[in-house]
Amino acid sequence: MTDRYTTHEYDVLIIGAGGAGLRAAIEAASMGDSVGVVCKSLLGKAHTVMAEGGMAASMGNVDDRDNWKVHFADTMRGGQYLNNCMMAEHHAKEAASCVHELESWGALFDRTKEGKILQRNFGGHKYPRLAHVGDRTGLEMIRTLQDHGIHHGIDFHMEVTVTNLLIDGNKVVGAFAYEREKGRFILFKAKAIVIATGGFGRAFKITSNSWEYTGDGQTLAYDAGADLLDMEFVQFHPTGMVWPPSVRGILVTEGVRGEGGILTNSEGKRFMFEDVPPLYRSSTADNEEEGWRYVTGDKDANRPPELLTRDHVARKIVKEVKAGRGSEHGGAYLDIAWIKEKIKDSETHIKKKLPSMYHQFKELAGVDITKEKMEVGPTTHYAMGGIRVDSETQMTTVEGLFACGECAAGLHGANRLGGNSLSDLLVFGKRAGAHAAKFATAIDTFSAIDSKEVDSLVTQALAPVDRTEGENPYKIQQDLQETMQDLAGISRSEAGLNEAMEHIRGYAKRAENAHAPGNREYNPGWHTALDLHNLLTVSEAMCLSAEQRTESRGGHFREEYPEKSKEGSTYNTVVRKAKDGSMEVERVPVVPQTDEMKQIIEANE
Amino acid sequence: MAQVTFNIWRGEGNNGSFKEYTTEVSEGMVVLDAVHEIQIEQAPDLGVRWNCKAGKCGSCSAEINGMPKLMCMTRLSSLDLEKPVTVEPMKAFPLVKDLVTDVSWNYEAKMAIKPFKPRKPDAPDGTWRMAQEDVERAQEFRKCIECFLCQDVCHVLRDHHEHDKYIGPAMLVKAAAFEMHPLDVENRIPDLKNEHGIGFCNITKCCTKVCPEHITITDNAIIPLKESVVDEFYDPLTKLFRIFKSKK
Ligand SMILES: Cc1cc2nc3c(=O)[nH]c(=O)nc-3n(C[C@H](O)[C@H](O)[C@H](O)COP(=O)(O)OP(=O)(O)OC[C@H]3O[C@@H](n4cnc5c(N)ncnc54)[C@H](O)[C@@H]3O)c2cc1C
Ligand code: SF4
Ligand code: SF4
Ligand code: FES
Repeated sequence: MTDRYTTHEYDVLIIGAGGAGLRAAIEAASMGDSVGVVCKSLLGKAHTVMAEGGMAASMGNVDDRDNWKVHFADTMRGGQYLNNCMMAEHHAKEAASCVHELESWGALFDRTKEGKILQRNFGGHKYPRLAHVGDRTGLEMIRTLQDHGIHHGIDFHMEVTVTNLLIDGNKVVGAFAYEREKGRFILFKAKAIVIATGGFGRAFKITSNSWEYTGDGQTLAYDAGADLLDMEFVQFHPTGMVWPPSVRGILVTEGVRGEGGILTNSEGKRFMFEDVPPLYRSSTADNEEEGWRYVTGDKDANRPPELLTRDHVARKIVKEVKAGRGSEHGGAYLDIAWIKEKIKDSETHIKKKLPSMYHQFKELAGVDITKEKMEVGPTTHYAMGGIRVDSETQMTTVEGLFACGECAAGLHGANRLGGNSLSDLLVFGKRAGAHAAKFATAIDTFSAIDSKEVDSLVTQALAPVDRTEGENPYKIQQDLQETMQDLAGISRSEAGLNEAMEHIRGYAKRAENAHAPGNREYNPGWHTALDLHNLLTVSEAMCLSAEQRTESRGGHFREEYPEKSKEGSTYNTVVRKAKDGSMEVERVPVVPQTDEMKQIIEANE
Repeated sequence: MAQVTFNIWRGEGNNGSFKEYTTEVSEGMVVLDAVHEIQIEQAPDLGVRWNCKAGKCGSCSAEINGMPKLMCMTRLSSLDLEKPVTVEPMKAFPLVKDLVTDVSWNYEAKMAIKPFKPRKPDAPDGTWRMAQEDVERAQEFRKCIECFLCQDVCHVLRDHHEHDKYIGPAMLVKAAAFEMHPLDVENRIPDLKNEHGIGFCNITKCCTKVCPEHITITDNAIIPLKESVVDEFYDPLTKLFRIFKSKK
C-alpha cells in the first residue's frame, strides 16, 4: 500500500519555521543543499512572532562599555554557571554580526540619535543591549527571515507535523509526518535533519505558549535515542497577565520594566527592594531615584531591582501573594503609568515604546496602561533545558540529527536572560544549518527506509481516529496541565514530583485509548491526541530531572532545599531512553571553563 | 456566567451549514475562548487556526456577526449576546474546513514581489545609519501580521475573484514596506502596475477599516504607491502639478 503516504527527499530537512529553523534553512540552502522546511502552522506564525522585547547583542551602540565579554559574563551569571560555556562564548561573540546580518536582509530596528541600532535595558544585562522594534521584535525577525528565505529555493511544507524520526543504527535517515489539511501522511528522506521546534510550555496550565509548544522536538530526539539536558530548568516569567481568567498567562514584556515600570503590592510598596540576591547586590540600585536614573540612561546608576533575573522576580511575586499582599486577582501590580511624574506627555511615550502592550491590555483587559496599573503574575514561558548538542556543530548524540533554538539546551544554563533567545536563534540556527549542510554533503545517497516500518507508523498515527470510542484527548491534556502546574511548577518537592510522575503514568495509559471523533481532515482533536505522547514524555523528563536536583537554582526551586548547594554547580542533568525503554537520568560534569573565561567572569563581577 | 449561543460554520469544501452550539461564558472571554470551549466539550474536530491568542500572529481570522475580525481579540462583551453570535470563515479564500480557509494564494502573491535590496553600507564596518523618523514610516507597514482580513473584505478579491490579476491590499502593504524602507534600492513600480494590478483598487478603504493593526492601508500605502505609478508612467503634467503642490 504505497498510497498511504507520499515521499520527499532533501539533503537537509528542517523541522520548525521559527527564527531558528528559518535561519538554519537559509544557511543550508545558501551552501547549495536542497532544503525542506516543515512547520505545524502557517509560515510566519511560529512562536518567534510573539517575542516582544528584543534581541541581545553587545553592539555597544548605547553604552560603549559593552562588549562580548560582558555579555558572556552576564549570560553565565544569569544561568548560575550551569551554561555550556563554549556555547555562551559563541553566542556572545557572534550575536552582533547576526543582528547586522538581519538588518542587511531588511529588518528595521529602532535607531539611536546617530542613526545606529538602538538598544534597551533588560533584566540581567549590565548595559542596554537589546536591539528592538518597539515591542514587536519577534515579528520583525520572523518576517525578515521569512521574506528573505522564500527566495532561496527552499520547499516549505506548512501545517505539516512530524511525529517520528527514522533511525538506522545511530544515524537519522528520515522523518514521518502528517499534514493537517487532509490528514495525509508524508515520508521525508533526508541526509541530515535539524530540529528547531521550540519549547513545551503547554505542559502547564498557565503559560505564554501556544498550542504548538508540546515538546515535539525534544520527544522526537529522545525517542531517537538522543540525550536531553537540564530538563528541570523551566523559566517562569514573572509577568504574565492574570485577569480576566481567559487571558491568564499571556505575556507582559519585560520591556515594561526596562522602560521604568515598577512592581508594587497591595500596600503600594515596591517590594523588589527587599531580598536582593548576593550575586547582584553590588549592581542593584539602593533607592527608587537611582533606579529611575538607570532606566533613563545614567551610566553611573545601578539597575532597579525590578530588572533582576526572572527566576528571582517570579518568586518574589509569589511570596507577596502568599503573604496576603497580592493584587486583587492574586498577582502583583505592574505600574508604568507612574512615569508621568517624571516625564512630560508620558502617555504618548508609553504608547510609542510599548504599543502592543497598550493594545493588549486595552483590548483584552479593558485597562489603559498609560493611566492604570496592570496586574501580573508568573507564567510558564521558556525551556532552558532540551536537546543536548555539541557546542561546535549543534549535532545531538544521534548522528546527522541537529538541534537549535529553544528546543536545544546549553546556552542558558539554569535561567535564561531576556533577549538571549532571539539572538540564540540566529547564532545557533546559522551554525546548525551550516553543519547540517556540511554533514549532508559528505553523504552520497539517501538511505533506504523500510516501508513496513512506515506502514506501521501510519497505522499508529491513525489509531485515535480509527477507534470508535475512547477518551477525549483534550481532557487528558487538561489533567496533565493541572498536574504539572500544581506539582512541578514554580515550586517543587520530592513528594509532589513523585505524585506527578504517578499521575503521568496514569495519563499515558489513558492516552493509549484517546479517541478523536470525526475524520482525518483538519481535525484538532486528532492532533491533540497525537501531541499527548510528546507532552507526557517531556513532563516525565522534567519531573525526573527535578527530583534528582536536590537544591534550588535558577528556574528550579525545591521546597526542601531552598538554597543553592555547592555540588549543584558541578553537574548538569541528562535524561535518555534506557535499553528497556524506561527513562533514565544521569548527572554529567559541567563543561569546564577555560582560564580566560574565568578571568572574564571575575573581571565582570 | 451566562449561556450564550453560537452559530458556527461547519463543513468542508463547498458543503456546509451553520451549526448551533450553546456554551457557558465568563468575564473577559473572547470569541476564540468560546470556540475552544465548544471544541473541548462538544465538537473536538471543529477546525480552527490560532497561535498567540494575543493579536500578534494573525492566525485566527474569521467573520464574526459578519465582521472580519481576529477571534482572539474580539471580546464577547463587545457583542450582543442576546442573539446567537455567528462565526464563519473568511470568504475571499477557498474553504478547507469549518473556520479554516486555504490562504496559500497570499504566500504565492508575496513571492511575486521583488525582495528587499539594500543600498551599499554607510559605514566601513558594513553597517547603515538611518534616522528614526525615516524608519518609522516603513515600520507602520511592517506591523502587518498577515491575518489577510483586508484581503477578505476587498471587493476585487471577495466579489470579483481577481486573484490572478491583483495582489490585494495586504500585499500592497508589503510592497510599500519595501518601497519605503530607507535602505531599499529596488524598483517595484512597473511590477505594481503591470503584474500586481494596483489599478484594480478604487480606494473604497474597506481594507483600512478592518486592519487589526490599524495600518492606514489605503492612505499611507496604496495611494502613495499609485502616485508613484502615475509619476513613472503617465502624464508629465500631473507630475509637475504634484511637485508644485508639495512645495506649497
Ligand atoms: C510571548 C513571548 C515573548 C517572548 N519575548 C522574547 C524576547 O523579547 N526576546 C527573546 O529573546 N525571546 C523572547 N521569547 C522567547 C522566544 O520568542 C522563543 O524562545 C523563540 O522564538 C523560539 O524560537 P524557535 O525558532 O526555537 O522556535 P519557534 O519560533 O517556536 O518555532 C517552532 C517551530 O517548530 C514547528 N514545530 C514544532 N513542532 C513541530 C513538529 N512536530 N513538526 C513540524 N514542525 C513543528 C512550529 O510549527 C514552529 O514553526 C518570547 C516568547 C514568548 C512566548
Ligand atoms: S481600498 Fe482598494 S484594496 Fe482596499 S478594499 Fe478598497 S479596493 Fe480593495
Ligand atoms: S494589512 Fe492589516 S488587515 Fe491586512 S494582513 Fe496586514 S495586519 Fe491584516
Ligand atoms: S491567535 Fe494570534 S492573532 Fe489571534
